Amino acid sequence: MTPNLTVSPSFPTERISDWYIFNTWLQRALGLPIHLELYDSFGAQRAAIAEGKVDMIYANPFDASLLVREKGFRAVVQPEGQPDEMLIIAAAEGPASAITALRPGTRLACSDDPCVNTVGRILLEPANLDPSNTIEHRRETYIQVAREVLRGEADIGFLPVDAFNALSSLVRRDLQVLVTSQLHVIHHVFLVGPALHERADEITTLLASMHESEKGRRILEALGARHWEPVQREDVEFMIDIISTLTQ
Amino acid sequence: MKDMEPAQVSGKTSEHVLTYADGSRRRVFVTLVETPYPHGKLIVSRTDPLGIITQCNPSFVDMSGYTEAEIIGQPHCILRHPDMPAAAFRDLWDTVKAGRQWNGYVKNLRKDGGYYWVYATVVPNIRDGQIVGFTSVRREPSREKVIAAEAHYRSLNGS
Ligand SMILES: Cc1cc2nc3c(=O)[nH]c(=O)nc-3n(C[C@H](O)[C@H](O)[C@H](O)COP(=O)(O)O)c2cc1C
Repeated sequence: MTPNLTVSPSFPTERISDWYIFNTWLQRALGLPIHLELYDSFGAQRAAIAEGKVDMIYANPFDASLLVREKGFRAVVQPEGQPDEMLIIAAAEGPASAITALRPGTRLACSDDPCVNTVGRILLEPANLDPSNTIEHRRETYIQVAREVLRGEADIGFLPVDAFNALSSLVRRDLQVLVTSQLHVIHHVFLVGPALHERADEITTLLASMHESEKGRRILEALGARHWEPVQREDVEFMIDIISTLTQ
Repeated sequence: MKDMEPAQVSGKTSEHVLTYADGSRRRVFVTLVETPYPHGKLIVSRTDPLGIITQCNPSFVDMSGYTEAEIIGQPHCILRHPDMPAAAFRDLWDTVKAGRQWNGYVKNLRKDGGYYWVYATVVPNIRDGQIVGFTSVRREPSREKVIAAEAHYRSLNGS
């Protein structure tokens, strides 16, 4: 069996080739052929998980909860010092200047990232906005979310902080950030499925020392991380508890 | 829990004696100064099964006015405001001890006698079928919801 590796579709598209390079590194380090499959939507990835087609995954906190609780996955490492935060954008010259100034009927552009959307919805609560009085435009990519806001087709947009920072400075100049989440306690994690449990400790050790070689460090840098740190079972349980408070 | 010292608070204050669910008492001084909820922040804390705080995030520290060292190891009722009816917290404890999630609007007392409103969610931390503690995440409530909660709690307090 060749195990399958996948990555949460929330990463910036420029990093696709970097994930292939990461996979090559991991195959060599483990002496194991691994197939990298990248899905272009959360829905497609969820379907693959349900069919048991995923053995290793770099997952967002929401999918990680599901994988640990329902699919017997084990979280092994997380990128050091990088909590997942999101932000709400509006056009720089647009009428919206604060969350509480938003009114029922607000048009919002977002992707299908469950984490970003859940936190984004919470940050709209001070304006009494919810799915019943907003118009949601689901878009495939974060670039499309930003573009809708720039064109005035949506009043606000939800983006992960990383995706916003990856936009060109020209695009960012024409946007304003209405609010940035400060949750501090949820983050992406790297998980291994039941088929690889016997190698989980080995995978943890390998990834946690990846930054010690020049090559490993360069790959991590390209993926936007400094190093991986091991994750304890309780760290993940805590994150799952936090997520259950966000999704009620 | 230690009484509040009048020197901790400044401005026009009123004195109250809180009686907690376990029968213990604490003297507090409160002011009418509201600290606005900082947009985007989520305030996180965890307790042991008895409600003693074991962990909190930087937003919790900022909003409470205490240092992290002053918070960890204290019962969560260190934040109890005299305007909050005991019935709200009874409902909280009954719900989470039964293994379910509790949500509600809470007026919290700061170290400086001022207050801040939150919309709080509390969940039990269940490990191998046992409740090993509780986690709470608070978020910014809308002004309308705060006004409604204020009126509701005033009626529960019978004033
Ligand atoms: C996880 C958790 C978070 C809590 N957060 C608060 C809070 O923010 N403010 C508060 O007054 N009580 C909070 N409580 C409830 C207190 O434990 C306590 O019940 C309350 O302050 C009233 O005190 P009493 O029950 O001793 O009368 C929390 C309880 C738990 C388990």
